Amino acid sequence: MPISEKVMLKIEQLSFSYDGLKVLWEIDLEVNEGEIVTVVGSNGAGKSTTLKNISRLLKPGSGSITFEGTDLTQLESHEVVEKGIVQVPEGRKIFSELTVMENLRMGSYIKSAKKDRARNIDWVFGLFPRLKEREKQLGGTMSGGEQQMLAIARGLMANPRLLLLDEPSLGLAPLLVRNIFDIITEINRKGVTILLVEQNVYQSLRVAHRGYVLETGRVVLAGTGEALLNEEHVKKAFLGI
Amino acid sequence: MTVFLQSLISGILIGGVYALIGIGLTMIFGVMRVINFAHGDIMMVGMYLTYNLFTLCGIDPFASVVICIPVMFLFGGFLQKIFINRVLNALPQNQILLTIGLGLIMSNTIMLIYTSDYKILTTSYSSGSFRIAGISISEPLAISFLITVIITAALYWFLMKTDMGQAIRATAQDREAAQLMGINVKRMSVIAFGLGTALAGTAGALITPTYYIFPQIGSTFTLKAFVITVLGGMGSVIGATLGGVIIGIAESMGAVYISSGWKEVLVYVIFLLVLLFKPSGLMGKSRM
Ligand SMILES: Nc1ncnc2c1ncn2[C@@H]1O[C@H](COP(=O)(O)OP(=O)(O)OP(=O)(O)O)[C@@H](O)[C@H]1O
Ligand SMILES: [Mg+2]
Repeated sequence: MPISEKVMLKIEQLSFSYDGLKVLWEIDLEVNEGEIVTVVGSNGAGKSTTLKNISRLLKPGSGSITFEGTDLTQLESHEVVEKGIVQVPEGRKIFSELTVMENLRMGSYIKSAKKDRARNIDWVFGLFPRLKEREKQLGGTMSGGEQQMLAIARGLMANPRLLLLDEPSLGLAPLLVRNIFDIITEINRKGVTILLVEQNVYQSLRVAHRGYVLETGRVVLAGTGEALLNEEHVKKAFLGI
Repeated sequence: MTVFLQSLISGILIGGVYALIGIGLTMIFGVMRVINFAHGDIMMVGMYLTYNLFTLCGIDPFASVVICIPVMFLFGGFLQKIFINRVLNALPQNQILLTIGLGLIMSNTIMLIYTSDYKILTTSYSSGSFRIAGISISEPLAISFLITVIITAALYWFLMKTDMGQAIRATAQDREAAQLMGINVKRMSVIAFGLGTALAGTAGALITPTYYIFPQIGSTFTLKAFVITVLGGMGSVIGATLGGVIIGIAESMGAVYISSGWKEVLVYVIFLLVLLFKPSGLMGKSRM
């Protein structure tokens, strides 16, 4: 999908505290339609907190978050999903006592996604053939890697326009990590804009159009994926070069 | 042998009603992590509803289930929206106080209106029975069991096969993930509480032909529902179904083989044994 200049998601001066402890400091971040944008940073930098603010799982932050002009801070989580913003959370959060197929059905729970259910199931089974083989297995009994595939597939079932991915490569075998990043690129080519949070800095900057480096709750660097890969600070702090 | 079979069958028949009460409680707990200490009182409200429909409008107590289910569902939805919803993130002791308080308000309101006199609802079949292979089966118990089976089957179908049922189970399994699927978890809570209330109220309707009706009957049933739910595994619908039938059988056996005054003893012995050997209940940590 061609990248447009159209700003899809705009975060301005977002701050957030957990019980008085400030973990996000006036963050500015933009995602244009069609892009893969990545947010990288080490443990505790505030990446998941940022995504949870977008999805409205966390509420009392200050600053603004708008999606195509709509103020997200006025919405409930489920309304954010209805707008087309779908998050694949850290730690997969598969419904452990629903089958693989039922998990996928829940992915397309919202009205606008129900009608495309059959087509989307075909699509995600094409992306992750393993899931088709395990259609009737309970989510909780799937392996970690399989659960990660299921979590992404479940997110795609909602017809996302903006997909928020929180550390999709966490805990996967090296071969599978490559595979996941290829799939992310493929999903993007199908027209889904992606905001990718990762600790695998090299891989994510490689596939991303643009990136942000988050350190202890502050955006310290921003630029194209390529530029950030060549940035001295990034090399030293994350790539060990 | 006949005595054994006789008490086994009566146990299973009354166990069906217990299962309904237990399923309601476990479903509310599963979705909201709130233990509803007003559950027995809600059942009592169902009994009085049925009693009124019978005495004022002449509606048969079993037929009144058709009215009881929607009315009690709305009542439960109202309770959740106005009261329970406010304490979902509160400390457990506050939730307990709230539900106990709601129960007290219900029983005292009923007492003000109907006094604490015991009421009996007598139907043509109240003391009727029929025999199968030498075993005598109480007519009202048999009918109530049949209704129980139909309702439970319908509920299972709803929870397992429909989108909304699966969304309720998804909410019970992972509330945050459910929100990320676009599921309105507040709405699911209202529906779950409504269903739990409808089940308890229906159980109340079903026992009116065989039990005394009085405002304080709720507390015994709250305790029973709690025992059933813990026995089956908190949050497990299958567990509560099983637990209800087991408690029914234990009571019935206890009454026959020990003495009716001591029938509860067997129930608690079983309860303690299960907790001793399987602390998380028969179905374990199952989440609907
Ligand atoms: N529920 C919570 N209560 C209190 N503090 C929290 C909570 N969740 C996260 N934090 C703190 O907020 C900070 C940012 O956490 P966050 O989960 O956003 O980091 P992250 O960048 O996603 O890290 P990781 O890569 O390890 O997932 C951390 O210091 C963390 O300890
Ligand atoms: Mg994180």
